[in-house]
Amino acid sequence: MCLAIPALVTELLPDGMARIDLDGVRKEISLALVEDVAPGDYVIVHVGFALQKLDPEEAAQTLALFAEMGGQA
Amino acid sequence: MKNTIKPGYTRPLDFKHGRVDMTHGSGGRAMAQLIDELFVAAFDNEFLRQMNDQARFPAPQGRMVMSTDSHVVSPLFFPGGDIGCLSVHGTINDVAMSGARPLYLAAGFILEEGFPLTDLKRIVESMAQAAREAGVPIVTGDTKVVEQGKGDGVFITTTGIGVVPEGVNISGERARPGDRILVSGMLGDHGVAVMSLRENLTFHTSIQSDTAALHGLVAAMVAAVPDIHVLRDPTRGGLAATLNEIARQSAAGMMLHEDQLPIRGQVRAACEFLGLDPLYVANEGKLAAICAPQDAERLLQAMRTHPLGRDAAIVGEVIEDPHHFVQMQTTFGGRRMVDWLTGEQLPRIC
Amino acid sequence: MKYVDEFRDGALARNIAANIAREADPRRVYRLMEFCGGHTHAISRYGIADLLPDNVRMIHGPGCPVCVLPAGRVENGIQLAQMPGLILCCYGDMLRVPAAGGMSLLKAKACGADVRMVYSSADAVKIAQENPQRQVVFFAIGFETTTPPTAVAILQAQALGLTNFSVFCNHVLTPSAIAHILQSPEVRRLGLVALDGFIGPAHVSIVIGSRPYEYFAEEFQKPVVIAGFEPLDVMQAILMLVRQLNEGRAEVENEFSRAVTRDGNVKAQLLVAEVFELRRVFEWRGLGLVPYSALRIKAQYAEFDAESRFRIPAVSIADNKACECGAILRGVKRPQDCKLFGTVCTPDNPVGSCMVSSEGACAAHYCYGRLREAA
Repeated sequence: MCLAIPALVTELLPDGMARIDLDGVRKEISLALVEDVAPGDYVIVHVGFALQKLDPEEAAQTLALFAEMGGQA
Repeated sequence: MKNTIKPGYTRPLDFKHGRVDMTHGSGGRAMAQLIDELFVAAFDNEFLRQMNDQARFPAPQGRMVMSTDSHVVSPLFFPGGDIGCLSVHGTINDVAMSGARPLYLAAGFILEEGFPLTDLKRIVESMAQAAREAGVPIVTGDTKVVEQGKGDGVFITTTGIGVVPEGVNISGERARPGDRILVSGMLGDHGVAVMSLRENLTFHTSIQSDTAALHGLVAAMVAAVPDIHVLRDPTRGGLAATLNEIARQSAAGMMLHEDQLPIRGQVRAACEFLGLDPLYVANEGKLAAICAPQDAERLLQAMRTHPLGRDAAIVGEVIEDPHHFVQMQTTFGGRRMVDWLTGEQLPRIC
Repeated sequence: MKYVDEFRDGALARNIAANIAREADPRRVYRLMEFCGGHTHAISRYGIADLLPDNVRMIHGPGCPVCVLPAGRVENGIQLAQMPGLILCCYGDMLRVPAAGGMSLLKAKACGADVRMVYSSADAVKIAQENPQRQVVFFAIGFETTTPPTAVAILQAQALGLTNFSVFCNHVLTPSAIAHILQSPEVRRLGLVALDGFIGPAHVSIVIGSRPYEYFAEEFQKPVVIAGFEPLDVMQAILMLVRQLNEGRAEVENEFSRAVTRDGNVKAQLLVAEVFELRRVFEWRGLGLVPYSALRIKAQYAEFDAESRFRIPAVSIADNKACECGAILRGVKRPQDCKLFGTVCTPDNPVGSCMVSSEGACAAHYCYGRLREAA
């Protein structure tokens, strides 16, 4: 139920809706909870609503952190 | 006044606008007409043409197998198929999973009063085509009608018989530690295709049901490896349910490798959206096979050479385990259980 | 899937696991609670416990909104569904939650009640539009992630002038639950679980931001690391908690920086504040009455409040005496410590709340983790 998944916004639709694409699966969702979303952005989708835009730079930084070698105890 | 009415004229069934009504199941003239103009016309074979309540044929030589399946899928029509071809493929597959060559099918229909004849015709013709392409005739059948509200449009039960070749002993209790587990192709297509139409879950996808008759693939597999230990088609409950059944029957455990599972990107994505695990999603044109380790490569090649087995893969092995758990090595590196499906997670899809 | 697959990479998992093993001090034990049901699920499904050293232990907290919904409220939902002509819409997770006498919404449906599963609150509004002659009630549950969509649904229903739509509100608040774990009266009876740090919920934090957790870190001197939804996020957060504990820090850190900011989603927060207000007290299954932990619909939106529109009696249904959900939700006991686990209480026949949702600690352990204790 806590399901939320990042998906690509492909098209803005009337009435505050947008079309998103997740690997070829498409759905219409609401943008009522976010601002300034444009096609090409990634949003986190939960129960048919976009909750937040995903920040690609922060994502890249986080991935880089995963790859770091850690220190000693 | 000249009489323009031809003698012996019977108004044909109106397949465009007509609907099933209670008379079509009552055993009278209307039912005979439905059987004649729809079922017999579509399935057309020497047995049906005899117009008896039973089909008579010489006893096949060898060990016989029989299987039956009821089909209640909703919606009736889905991308890649419908309840009609599903009911033919489903029973042919159940017979074929013993290694048998399917010979004949029987089909029973429960129709809901008010069901459009145009849809019924579409379903019956789809069944006829599936049976023709598979080379397995529908030789006898039955029709009943229930009152409106007591059925989901149409329910179909098919029963099939077949003959198992000598030297073939395929059975659920034959999985042994060390055996390899194979699947014939992409998992989860059918379940996702059907769910994409479900009300309140609408998502758009190009995934089609994989519904298919597998007896040709099975014949090729048995020719390459006569001593296949287990065959089963993972329908409701997906591969997880099937492997758990076999693990219990064979009193053994299993270890799957997540990175070996063949699953389409779109199916993965749809499952992510809906919080489903592809291992539990139904397939209608796939099989799981278990064989001795030394036969695995040969079996894999035989499968990949067949059009219905192009994406076949070795996905795991049978192991010693007193608990008979089905486990999986995740792509992540940890281990998890692949347990029985709990409750009704999906709409009726088979 | 972009932003998903990269965060599930096995090679990176091994790297982080090596870091954790290297940095975890063998002289101490690290007891970390993950609060969010999605994290519980991820830990079980990806077998993360296999990748951690023995002295780093995960404890499952009450982060599953289905699990903490009291049976009495489910009973209310069933009563609503049984009203003639009424359509009850709910999320799929709600269907099998047991109320009194083994009844559930799914069983009520089998007996003729019009219960419809929806993916989104917007679907419930649509059903109300399409059925103007019938009352439509949306059974709203969830933490702060799911509350904004309910707010939007109510505002939408208002804009459409719908007179047949209302919401049965059971939204609950994360910080209250965390505080309750750390400082409640039941602590004396159930014991205070020794907890060293928290993995903060992913999607709740998108909405509320990281600021609300600063109070806990400060007040209770426990580090909090907000983690993303994917298994690599969880592992990295575990590493960050280990580091904080080694360095004697008790701060709020944000691993999920690609979606969580300190302020959170202000637009969503304002919409929630417009429609909802705090309830003074609310019953949580397994935790008893928790003050200021839940929301109700404000008076100016009363026409969309099912509790205003219909007479909904307060029903209190006690849990089975042998059920250990209360202790399990607090992290004091594990699923396998409960006498009912796996025998009387299974996912097919759940007795307590922890077994009902796939994110519940007992359900997750049953489905994914039983092989560990059996081995």
